[in-house]
Amino acid sequence: MEQIPILKLGKFLLVTIQVDMHDQMALRLQDELTNRIVKENAKGVLIDISALEIVDSFIGRTLANIAAMARILDAETVIVGMQPAVAITMVELGLSLPGVRTALNVERGMEILNNLLQEDSDARSPK
Amino acid sequence: MDKQKNILSFLNAKQDKILQEWEKEQLSAGKFRADLVSPDELKQQMLDFWNSFLKALEQDEQGGMFQEGWKPVRSFLSELSRSRAKLGFTPSETALFIFSLKKPIFQLIQEAFQDDLSRQQKELWNLNSLLDALGLFTTETYIKSKEEIIRRQQEEMLELSTPVVKIWEQIVAVPLIGTLDSARTQTVMENLLQEIVAVSATVAIIDITGVPTVDTLVAQHLIKTVSAARLMGAECIISGIRPQIAQTMIHLGVSFQDITTKATLAEAIKYGLSRIGYRISKME
Repeated sequence: MEQIPILKLGKFLLVTIQVDMHDQMALRLQDELTNRIVKENAKGVLIDISALEIVDSFIGRTLANIAAMARILDAETVIVGMQPAVAITMVELGLSLPGVRTALNVERGMEILNNLLQEDSDARSPK
Repeated sequence: MDKQKNILSFLNAKQDKILQEWEKEQLSAGKFRADLVSPDELKQQMLDFWNSFLKALEQDEQGGMFQEGWKPVRSFLSELSRSRAKLGFTPSETALFIFSLKKPIFQLIQEAFQDDLSRQQKELWNLNSLLDALGLFTTETYIKSKEEIIRRQQEEMLELSTPVVKIWEQIVAVPLIGTLDSARTQTVMENLLQEIVAVSATVAIIDITGVPTVDTLVAQHLIKTVSAARLMGAECIISGIRPQIAQTMIHLGVSFQDITTKATLAEAIKYGLSRIGYRISKME
């Protein structure tokens, strides 16, 4: 079965979805990603879905779930590169992903994560 | 059947007189639009109609104008009313083409069947209902072609009214003008999202200064557009909400929670620039 690669980039994990996902694949991604977050102690997850052209309610919900799970595991999730058609479909399905950060491309997404990490460490460091 | 044949030959025989009277009737009706159609052109139209009318009468005895034999007449009339609708005739001026034929024919029939009153009435009735149907048909086609024009204009307006403008690098804006319905919102949404990708915008401004009314449905559409833009990674600002609209929206129970709103487009641009790290300041 096809596997979605999860790359480690410093304190972040980068997931690039290159093919149209089917249900089994999405569930497997959810499983593997949560395991990797714990194992690598990742602080942020970047999910690049720029190649995803079709979503259904299941994939949309799974994406929302993955983001929520990552947050519980103390890793911020940024979904990047959503196509216009996909965005419209998600909104029509009622999946506007509240609380999930989004960015236009991987570069901007990385910026967001870096800023968040910076703020986080600023808050923790003693004045 | 025999009677119909009679009336046909009768009309044939009196053709010249009828056409003459008919033309006089049309030109004198006070509604003749000499500015839109020349008398020669009108004459040609009348002749064309008359010939196909007689031919249809000949082929089809009792069927009425929706029979197969009347097809040429119908297509001629629809062509006529379509062209007249385009030229700017009113519906009654268009229908007059048929209705003005009544007087000359009826007069002749009255004269011809003076001795046989029941026959006279029968012929009058037959022709009357036939001409009425044809007149109504012209009006119907006239309205249909007008509706076509309206629909085309609507489509053109739809294309015209949703420009997405680039304000600055990473900032795009859509000034919305006119009432928003589902079809228009769909176009606006698609255009905006595509433009966000094209200029890789981080801030999208939807300006609704030109939207006269906002009801729950329109608000719903706006919220959808904002959510979709957010999903793509762009922050959406709604600007130009008029005091009246703000009041109605709160009364309707619509709240733009989690959506940045600004009173004017200027404010929205200022805010958008600050989001991407610019500041507007006066030169010393």
